[in-house]
Amino acid sequence: MSKKLIELQNITKSYNGVVAVDNINLSIRENEFITFLGPSGCGKTTTLRMIGGFEEPDEGDIFFDGIRINDLPPYKRNINTVFQRYALFTHMNVYENIAFGLRIKKVPSKEMDKRIKRMLKLVDLEGFEKRHVDSLSGGQQQRVAIARALVNEPKVLLLDEPLAALDLKLRKEMQIELIDMQKNIGITFIYVTHDQEEALTMSDTVVVMNKGVIQQIGTPVDIYNEPKNRFVADFIGESNIIEGIMHEDYLVEFSGKKFKCVDKDFAKNEKVDIVIRPEDIDITTPENGLLEGIVTSVVFKGVHYEMLVESQDYEYMIQSTDMQPVGSEVGLTFNPEDIHVMKG
Amino acid sequence: MKNKAKLLAYPYVVWIAIFIIVPLVLVLVYSFTEGNIHNPSSLTFSLKSYDKFFNILYLNILWKSFKLAFISTFLCLILGYPVALIISKAKAKYKGILLLFFLVPIWMNFLLRTYAWMAILSPNGFINRLLQLIGLPTLAIMPGQTAVVIGMVYNFLPFMVLPIYTVLSKIDKNVLEAAMDLGANKIITFIKVIFPLTVPGIISGITMVFMPAVSTFVISQLLGGGKELLIGNLIEQQFTVQRDWHFGSALSIILMIMILISMAFMSKADKDDEGGAALW
Ligand SMILES: Nc1ncnc2c1ncn2[C@@H]1O[C@H](COP(=O)(O)OP(=O)(O)OP(=O)(O)O)[C@@H](O)[C@H]1O
Ligand SMILES: [Mg+2]
Repeated sequence: MSKKLIELQNITKSYNGVVAVDNINLSIRENEFITFLGPSGCGKTTTLRMIGGFEEPDEGDIFFDGIRINDLPPYKRNINTVFQRYALFTHMNVYENIAFGLRIKKVPSKEMDKRIKRMLKLVDLEGFEKRHVDSLSGGQQQRVAIARALVNEPKVLLLDEPLAALDLKLRKEMQIELIDMQKNIGITFIYVTHDQEEALTMSDTVVVMNKGVIQQIGTPVDIYNEPKNRFVADFIGESNIIEGIMHEDYLVEFSGKKFKCVDKDFAKNEKVDIVIRPEDIDITTPENGLLEGIVTSVVFKGVHYEMLVESQDYEYMIQSTDMQPVGSEVGLTFNPEDIHVMKG
Repeated sequence: MKNKAKLLAYPYVVWIAIFIIVPLVLVLVYSFTEGNIHNPSSLTFSLKSYDKFFNILYLNILWKSFKLAFISTFLCLILGYPVALIISKAKAKYKGILLLFFLVPIWMNFLLRTYAWMAILSPNGFINRLLQLIGLPTLAIMPGQTAVVIGMVYNFLPFMVLPIYTVLSKIDKNVLEAAMDLGANKIITFIKVIFPLTVPGIISGITMVFMPAVSTFVISQLLGGGKELLIGNLIEQQFTVQRDWHFGSALSIILMIMILISMAFMSKADKDDEGGAALW
């Protein structure tokens, strides 16, 4: 475990009485790739802006390398930002945009040139040096913004939905590039996205937020497999979320039946929510199934079929390569470890 | 849609033809002819009026007009830029009031404003009485070039402030944050980002101040006390006192060409800024 680099303690920020970020506690380690994930308006950008120094928290403290930096201006922080809306310098060409930070730091022109060339190659914009930024596409502008921040080799890079404007193929490529860069150069990445897949594939740590409150902090695997509450389960990928009762350790009841599970430490007969991922459910014959139902819809999704199966009290979503036509009676099976029990 | 738009444009085309093209053609015709203007058949082609202009006396007046207009424009820029900057940085609720504060004088009659300055600057005016009161020697500002420049700056300052304020308020806040993010403090951000982005506003401000300043005759007449004859006064006199419409027209054309040349230089400087941005 590398050492803590940034620490947020009890951070609260509101705008005109409306709370945007509500009592956040978080520590970010050196060279970590941490992602804020959450729906629009949940306070991701606000949190990032406080780390970048563009906004001061109303309450709480921010520490960088152990030093309190609440009121340190952005230009004194060893942090660079890729802004949500690029914020390029429209009066400069691509080269000058990227050179901006280096010129201020008075980097010798030969080295500057070398670093800019390397960055342009990295973001796949070689030959664009002289182009006016206004003449670039949205995706190209976003890559200039990434290069402009990254060329300064900061200790921490803040990225606010940096890939939102790119098409799928380029986005995948840039995701890989960014991860590579982050590992190779050794920078802490604080990344914001509302794309759960992006968050899960890129990050070391995911911070799920909703309405200014942190819902869960964990590795992508933890977040996916052990969502702490209904919101997280719902937000991270498609899920079946069923209400149930935890009778005792390792025994849960839902859809009118009792099932073995791997969860424990709930109160006796506590009301709970159960999550079962669509890909964890298998289709079988009605007599072999743990639950029975009728297929109400089938959609082909490329690698698999997505089916809805209406059971007694819940419509289950199932992802399987094994297709059953609409109207057929089927049985559903799953393993005890596929049942995730959360507090209701 | 397009046709409709065209249709809507017709009244303006007619308007432009009557109020701009026709007078311009008349002035052009008068400047290149001699004879009795009230009898069109008596007009004959002549370069006499232009020939008359190339005289050290008139050239000096043209030179002085440009000099004073240039000084006034420069002062307007020096004074107007910080004002625009302050207004644009003000809190939203004070912005309107501040702006109003600078615009109200425009709504007052131009002559009245200039007369007010006469009352302030004249030998027995407000300033000199104040100086006398505290026992200081009086100033002989008016009549004179200084008074004319003061009058021009006062009257035309809003035309410098407005366009600069407009571009300033259009600058994306994120862009300034990006500059700070990349290590620029407030001063560097101003020099490298804010100022270059306001160049178009500066250019239109200069245009809007320089043009009326170079052709004014009211300000120079009232505050120059008739001693500081400018090209505007010269033209006015041709039409009112001298009754030489041909020479007056020629002078107008010459002034117009000079202004066009200056503006062409300005807009070229603006375009060249693409490369010049790196300079900043
Ligand atoms: N400058 C501001 N003034 C007033 N309210 C603001 C301001 N900035 C953000 N807010 C409010 O704070 C809340 C959080 O906004 P924030 O920009 O952090 O959301 P976000 O998670 O980044 O959303 P998105 O995914 O849409 O970018 C929102 O309700 C927003 O309206
Ligand atoms: Mg945001």
